[in-house]
Amino acid sequence: LVFTEEDKYGLYSNLLFKYFLAEGVVCGHDLFVASAKEHPDNILKELPAPLLDDIYRSELGEETAAVKTEDFQDSMKIAWRYQNLPKMEASPTTSTKFGHYYDVSKTMSPELFQSIKWHSFYLPEELSLQPKMKTCNMNSAYTRLLQSIQRIIYQEGFDGSDPQKKKKNILRIGIQSLGSVLWGDDICSSDTPEDIHSLTKFLYVLRGLLRKSLSACIITVPTHLIQNKAIMERVTNLSDTVVGLESFIGSERETNPLYKDYHGLVHVHQIPRLNSLICDVSDTKDLAFRLKRKLFTIE
Amino acid sequence: MFAELNELLDASPQRPETGKFTLLRDTRTDGSFLVHHFLSFYLRAGCKVCFVALLQSFSHYNIIAQKLGVSLTAAKERGQLVFLEGLKSCLDLLFGEEEEQSGQPSPLQFIREVSASNLKALFDFVRTSLTPTGSDSWKSPVLLVDDLSVLLSLGATPVAVLDFIHYCRVAVCSQLKLGAHCCLVLLFQGNIVVLVHSNEDSEDEENELVVNSLCHHSDLILWVEGLATGFCKDVHGQIKIIRRLSLELAAEQDRVQIYQYKIQDKNVTFFARGLSAAVL
Repeated sequence: LVFTEEDKYGLYSNLLFKYFLAEGVVCGHDLFVASAKEHPDNILKELPAPLLDDIYRSELGEETAAVKTEDFQDSMKIAWRYQNLPKMEASPTTSTKFGHYYDVSKTMSPELFQSIKWHSFYLPEELSLQPKMKTCNMNSAYTRLLQSIQRIIYQEGFDGSDPQKKKKNILRIGIQSLGSVLWGDDICSSDTPEDIHSLTKFLYVLRGLLRKSLSACIITVPTHLIQNKAIMERVTNLSDTVVGLESFIGSERETNPLYKDYHGLVHVHQIPRLNSLICDVSDTKDLAFRLKRKLFTIE
Repeated sequence: MFAELNELLDASPQRPETGKFTLLRDTRTDGSFLVHHFLSFYLRAGCKVCFVALLQSFSHYNIIAQKLGVSLTAAKERGQLVFLEGLKSCLDLLFGEEEEQSGQPSPLQFIREVSASNLKALFDFVRTSLTPTGSDSWKSPVLLVDDLSVLLSLGATPVAVLDFIHYCRVAVCSQLKLGAHCCLVLLFQGNIVVLVHSNEDSEDEENELVVNSLCHHSDLILWVEGLATGFCKDVHGQIKIIRRLSLELAAEQDRVQIYQYKIQDKNVTFFARGLSAAVL
């Protein structure tokens, strides 16, 4: 469960969200996209186009020519693995790459979607349905969302419960702006919310669904709007990976000469320790991101 | 289990202590390696273990336990380990078919309540799991919880959580029975090990209330903290071992020892502060 704290205007977290989904398309995974504000069809129309190897090399050549020599000694690594920044002299080969590269100035062609199956959940369209899940004093939007996710996991065989439907594919779930007012939750609009348990209960049940199926999930949350920090602490404990994006827009850091090449910072608050005592901690902890014309990079 | 930790705690699976409440606490880091230690320790000691695992799946604990030389699957099969997989139990509760169980409420029943004022179903589960059956030959019972802070996230009140622990202590740590000739017989003295999270400057008042209260009543506290100076490759954190001697004897002071540790794939090494192998 990858929990992403949105930057103030949601620009960059939205980009990360789309990268996650785009990677799913390129890898042939199934997608499940949930949103309360943007119709999933529209989100999917705006996924960045993947860069094929030979095109990538020439694109990278353009980009790096414009960049001043930087220190690339340590292999840079980010917690959410979809992009590796290669050393300047080497170009990546498909066999050693983990993840793909995308061109944010172009959208993914519809042909790529043909091969995958995708499901959507757009809250305004789901309000009429009656949830079959047993009540647990949770916000009804969350209940419906969980119901929908569970149904897809079960029907499409991602949980291996039906030996005939058993799938070897992965379901990538993306949930946008969870906790916002559009989901019917008041944790972003009040510092003494009426229902402080809905979001955490939702995450717990979602965690259960993810653990028992072949799926991975990214959620973005406008944490800068949540006044009650206790909720944030609990949400962090319930997530596997927690990444925060802090954009420099409108902040005093925008004019700080140290950050002049970058658009914001990446805070890796937590990484998972799953099936092992140790976890995969990178040596580099101070990460910043920038959005160039074609590439979103984290350094 | 980690041999070095056993040395520091002066503990051995051959002669496990009894009647103790151990609190595992982590701040700014992940203290779950201690849970894996105690799980494998008590299974090796031949105790009957009830593990309330709220945050991770069974296979996660099993894979790690195997690296520590213990098979949870085998322990379950021979009746030594009762494992409550919280995530799975919650899914069964909310998505399961109606009344599948034979009238027994789910241990996580409280999630469905509007205001979960008691965790009775969970307590009943623990008590039933650890009550010795006629054919049992296990040593003292052990309750292990990972982690208690999750109960608050699921809607339980701090009072409900503290009550639950209190009832468990009475049931597990000191079980009295009316024996022959009407004298009270101390049946068995089990142990409880509980993990809680806590952050400094935490704004989660409910959690702080639970943690502070448990600290007061613990016999042993293992407090794991991330380094104040930030991340380090060779030293993953610091552990404070607090023996609550003040609980046993009025004039005694608690004994505090501080060590640093490094987590490896199959073991955790402990060393005095500033004496990590990388430094020497």
